[in-house]
Amino acid sequence: MAKKELLKVEGLKQYFPIKGGFLGRTVNHVKALDGVSFTIYEGETVSIVGESGCGKSTTGRAILRLEEPTEGTVEFQGTDLTKISKKEMRKFRKDLQIIFQDPYASINPRQTVASVLNEAMHIQNVLPPNQRRARIEELLETVGLRPYQADRYPHEFSGGQRQRIGIARALSVDPKLIICDEAVSALDVSIQAQVLNLLEELQEEYGLTYLFISHDLGVVRHISDRIIVMYLGKIVEIADKTSLFENPQHPYTKALLSAIPVPDPDAKKERIILKGDVPSPIDPPNGCRFHTRCPFATDKCRTEEPQLRTSDLMKEGHQAACHYMEDITNGKMQPNY
Amino acid sequence: MTQQLENILEVNNLQTVFATEGGEVRAVDGVSFVVPKGKTIGIVGESGSGKSITSLSILRLLAKNGKVNDGEILFKGKDLLKLTDKQMRDIRGNQISMIFQEPMTSLNPVYTVGQQISETLIIHKKISKQEAMKQSVDMLKLVGIPSPEKRVKQYPHELSGGMRQRVMIAMALACDPEILIADEPTTALDVTIQAQILELIRDLQNRLDMSVIMITHDLGVVAETCDYVAVMYAGQVVEYSDVRTLFKNPKHPYTLGLLNSLPRHDVDQEKLIPIKGMVPSPHDMPVGCRFAPRCPVATQACHTKPPMLESIGNNEQIRCWMYSEEWDGDSEVTLYGEKRTVKG
Ligand SMILES: Nc1ncnc2c1ncn2[C@@H]1O[C@H](COP(=O)(O)OP(=O)(O)O)[C@@H](O)[C@H]1O
Ligand SMILES: Nc1ncnc2c1ncn2[C@@H]1O[C@H](COP(=O)(O)OP(=O)(O)O)[C@@H](O)[C@H]1O
Ligand code: SF4
Ligand code: SF4
Ligand SMILES: [Mg+2]
Ligand SMILES: [Mg+2]
Repeated sequence: MAKKELLKVEGLKQYFPIKGGFLGRTVNHVKALDGVSFTIYEGETVSIVGESGCGKSTTGRAILRLEEPTEGTVEFQGTDLTKISKKEMRKFRKDLQIIFQDPYASINPRQTVASVLNEAMHIQNVLPPNQRRARIEELLETVGLRPYQADRYPHEFSGGQRQRIGIARALSVDPKLIICDEAVSALDVSIQAQVLNLLEELQEEYGLTYLFISHDLGVVRHISDRIIVMYLGKIVEIADKTSLFENPQHPYTKALLSAIPVPDPDAKKERIILKGDVPSPIDPPNGCRFHTRCPFATDKCRTEEPQLRTSDLMKEGHQAACHYMEDITNGKMQPNY
Repeated sequence: MTQQLENILEVNNLQTVFATEGGEVRAVDGVSFVVPKGKTIGIVGESGSGKSITSLSILRLLAKNGKVNDGEILFKGKDLLKLTDKQMRDIRGNQISMIFQEPMTSLNPVYTVGQQISETLIIHKKISKQEAMKQSVDMLKLVGIPSPEKRVKQYPHELSGGMRQRVMIAMALACDPEILIADEPTTALDVTIQAQILELIRDLQNRLDMSVIMITHDLGVVAETCDYVAVMYAGQVVEYSDVRTLFKNPKHPYTLGLLNSLPRHDVDQEKLIPIKGMVPSPHDMPVGCRFAPRCPVATQACHTKPPMLESIGNNEQIRCWMYSEEWDGDSEVTLYGEKRTVKG
């Protein structure tokens, strides 16, 4: 099956200015994203994982130009979204939708569900107004709610139901790509499983493509085809799901996976406990950004930045950014605790 | 032969209610479990199931509109519910300590870390200010904070989330408590920091011979840290057992549902089998089994008669009609794709 590119992100940077001094001048920058490149193919689910502050949400927001990226290109079906006018961009919002963690925050509490969905369709000029009510009721059924709930207000719904409303709103404009930013993170597991299954069914039915942002690697293993691991504004590893979980190459990915508690009391595990905290993105470490916490770091790591690359130990399409990934995986290099 | 463990805490049929505008809410209504000395027991359940209210009831720290209506909380045989406020204050922080999800809410932003740990020490141990400051440095060292001499002089906002949780733990442990109640201590933290904190709690527990009540919604955390587990649903304990039994041979339909809903990072899963529906509102609890509206095997009797928490074998308790003589359903049921023979 030939894969068709849907979204191609290249060299994406997002530097947020820090104002200071009594003149309010820009004194420094938060380097939230520092040269991120990846491609998403039609119909697949690509996840971005990493700890808080690594730049996951910023990536999603920069793609949609909710914040204008500092540098880089975002090609959607051949159009560079960073080069078009704001007005043209608004039209593309029809194809690119986003669902957030807290659906309540993105839904106006004084609007009924029907009016929320109607507004979304109105802005994108989907369907003539007299056909929208029927579509709204159909959408509610699609996401597992009842048609009569269309005239209710957001506070009358539980967290899981509100997330379904968020999904219905995204679907109402027939998008091609949905960015799910921690969309199931606030839900209890029994409800989370319902919403994950719904997202999978919808993908199958409508041929949707997902960019799935999450810090939960269990959820990510379940939903993704491919996975991007980020650390301090950079991609450190990118791979298909099986390779990432069964054959991780970057020491950070390994540490991250080993840190997750396993719901099996008999699981034997070797835990790599990282020292310290993530450094500040205002003044990220030189060389490899992970070197301050990496148990394998050498002098080279402190000065030379590793690039994403593949090795003989990796499947096609699997890349990681570490100077020593071969030596670490085959045991030639030992951790230094 | 099973070894008889000494129970440091025994909670029997706890019932905690709140007066609200919509009427009385029974936030906790039938919570029983024991905490063996030196062991960790987990309280697991989804949000709103009554985990935090259970621990606040134990420490008698309920909001003004809440009160314990019924039950007993035996700490080394003494019912905490019968103590005077002063006696309770002596126990709190001294013998039973608690840490919370968000340390910032329990740390005072205008005092340095050292001043706050010292204050606890001065109140409980009646030592001098200088001695307390010295011991504060030792406590910070104990919880793995680098350069503790420098850190004691810092304010909470100058520390990262993981560091603040370490400070909270240092404060909670300052007076050598016999029980540490940890309410979602790592929920707000990233996994690599969570791993550090869980490791720390485990290590300190071994060294100090404490009992721990670990409150969490994360089944992974339960599997890794707990010896015994109480599963809560809608204000009640529905299953209590040792951790291996809970994961290898779960019995309550809710526990099974939870495990089947959980996306795993360590194995490939075909499909998640969610629990249908959602938790009942505390204002509108089902009259029979509280899980009946969502239970795949509920019978007529389940909808009308509330099941009790009954012992089935050693150290195992279940609140479900399926495991009682009175079960009126099929003798073989399918739960989340898995066949089970029910004795009944
Ligand atoms: N509007 C903003 N102004 C300044 N800094 C920001 C802004 N948005 C995000 N950041 C910073 O950028 C970094 C990445 O943030 P984010 O993308 O939200 O991380 P994640 O979603 O991975 O948790 C963080 O250090 C965050 O504090
Ligand atoms: N002060 C209060 N007044 C009324 N209801 C309360 C109060 N505190 C908690 N509750 C209710 O008690 C129930 C249990 O809450 P809690 O113990 O916090 O759950 P969790 O298992 O998430 O820790 C919830 O339904 C909650 O709404
Ligand atoms: S490049 Fe060096 S510091 Fe970075 S991950 Fe590899 S070994 Fe560690
Ligand atoms: S008592 Fe009945 S409804 Fe409740 S969990 Fe057991 S089988 Fe299900
Ligand atoms: Mg985010
Ligand atoms: Mg709680």
